[in-house]
This record gives sequence, structure tokens and C-alpha cells, in this order.
Amino acid sequence: MHIPDGYLGPAACGFFYAAMLPIWTAAARIVKKTLKARQVPLLAIGAAFSFVIMMFNVPIPGGSTGHAVGGVLAAILLGPWAACIAITVALVVQALLFGDGGITAIGANCFNMAFVLPFVGYYIYKALSHNAPVGSKRRVLAAGVAGYIGLNVAALLAGVEFGLQPLLHHTADGQALYSPYGLNIAVPAMAGEHLLIFGWIEAIVTALVIKFLQKQAPELLKEGRG
Amino acid sequence: MKITTKLWIGLSVLIALSPLGLLIPEHFKAGAAWGEWGMDEIKKLVGYVPKGLEKLAPLWNAPIPDYAFKGWEGKGLSHLSFAYIISAVAGIAVIVSAALLIGKLLAKKGK
Repeated sequence: MHIPDGYLGPAACGFFYAAMLPIWTAAARIVKKTLKARQVPLLAIGAAFSFVIMMFNVPIPGGSTGHAVGGVLAAILLGPWAACIAITVALVVQALLFGDGGITAIGANCFNMAFVLPFVGYYIYKALSHNAPVGSKRRVLAAGVAGYIGLNVAALLAGVEFGLQPLLHHTADGQALYSPYGLNIAVPAMAGEHLLIFGWIEAIVTALVIKFLQKQAPELLKEGRG
Repeated sequence: MKITTKLWIGLSVLIALSPLGLLIPEHFKAGAAWGEWGMDEIKKLVGYVPKGLEKLAPLWNAPIPDYAFKGWEGKGLSHLSFAYIISAVAGIAVIVSAALLIGKLLAKKGK
């Protein structure tokens, strides 16, 4: 769901950059208060993990591809604001170095994957794992559900953003100027493939790493509130 | 072993396995992600190339476009896999440096 240059018109590009500015500012302010020096390597690992997990494209045979984002994991371990910074770093490098996601769409892509995804995932995990012991199965399950829903809400948003373009920008004879498919096609396509396939990858990846950390570093699951 | 060391090792394994993200979609003949089509594909799909899209799409010239080296178009999958791994290493090097710098600037001193 890395929206490329040219798929969003100027209205959406500007809107999401404007929306992200106060979010990035708040993230910097809040992380400054909460991030401990010894958590800094984890911030870098979270960003790197998100980047590399997005390289694992998963096919729908004969159709399109998609991938997990790994962002809900960062949110569980570091809190949603630090996760926002980590995923933003990954998305900006993807856009600048690899042309994966457009320069004009960095605001929108960050809104979907670096803001909505970690926040939705974080609060679902918090709610479902409330009062559960650090080593409990409920935490693993909560992480999986949080990953699944976090990725799906982000994909749904991307679908809406794609789908609004032909309504916002079209020529007199009805040709789209930017992304050509309306809500009736873009939303079911984006939501459907993530509900059916890619969401499960995010769920499994998130749950497996939490299960690994329960055994190897349970202290990481007790702290890192943000 | 420290947990961060274990996680770095985990990341290295993921980098080594990353070409799977290229080879498996290739094997199943899967195309681009939804909404990330090139100009030719979009023309095939909707019958025309939207004018604004055509103008904006080439806006940025990425140094390693789509995790493949420029001038390697038409090379085999082994070359593309190699470029994919180098891209993963380069991307992670830049991301880790940036995140460590931002973390250093923001984090509280001491514990």
C-alpha cells in the first residue's frame, strides 16, 4: 500500500502532509519525554524490521502482491509514538532510495502506515492483553489480532484515498486525472486482499515475535510505554 | 547473549531470505501491488493514462528503483536477487543510522 507519485491529486497530497506535520511534532515531543537511552537500539531495530518485512512481497497467484508492515510490533514494544517515528524513517528511505511510495505521497503513506496502523494496533493490543501475565497466551493472541486489524484499517484507508481521486479530479469527459478507480472498486480491492491474505501475515509475524520475546526478553513486554 | 544481539541476528537472517519476496511472486506470476502500476499496466487496465498521473509519476528518480540496479533490466533472477539483498543492506544501513541519530537526539540520558 505504498501509494506512488501520480496516484493522489494535489488536494490529498497536501492534506496528508498537513495532517502529518502536527503528528510528527507531537511524536518528537512525546518520545523525547518517554524514550530511554537504552531503548534507542530497539527504535533502530524496529525501523529496520519494518523496512525488511515490507520487502517480503506475498503473491495472490496471477494477481497482485502485498506485504506486512511490521509496525504493530514496534508499537507494542516502544509505544505508538516511537513506532510512528520508526516507521516514518523506513517509509521515507523507501521513497527516496528505492522509489517505493511517492515523494508527494509520503504524507499519505505515513498517515496510513506510520500513524493509523501503529495506533490502532497498539490500543487493540493494550485492550486485549489488559491484566494478562507477561508470559500468557493471551498476549500472543492479542498481538496477532492487533497486527491483523492494524494492517487492515491502514489498507482500508489507502483504498478510500485511492477511491476518492476520480471524484476529486477528472476531465470534462469523465477521465480520471490521477488514480482512476472509484471507491466502489478501490475499497473492496484494497480491503479484500488485506482481509484475506496480507493481514494474516502481519498477524503471524507480530504474534511470533511476541512469543519469542516472552521467552527471551520478557522485560521488553513490561515496559516501553509511550 | 543480549536480546538486541539476537534481534540483529534475526534481522540479518531476514535480509538473507529477502529475495523470497521477489522470487515467490515471480513464481506465481503475480504482478504489481494494487494501485502501484506502471504506465503501461495502467493503460492496459483502464484504456488510457490519466493526465495528472502521467505528469507526476516520473517526479522522482530513485537511485535504486524498485530494489534493482539501473542498467540491470532484463538480467536474470539471480542478479535481481543479489540486487535485492544489497538493497536490503543499504536500506537498513541508512535507516539504522537515521533512527539511532533521531533516538540519540530525543532520548533521555541515563537509564
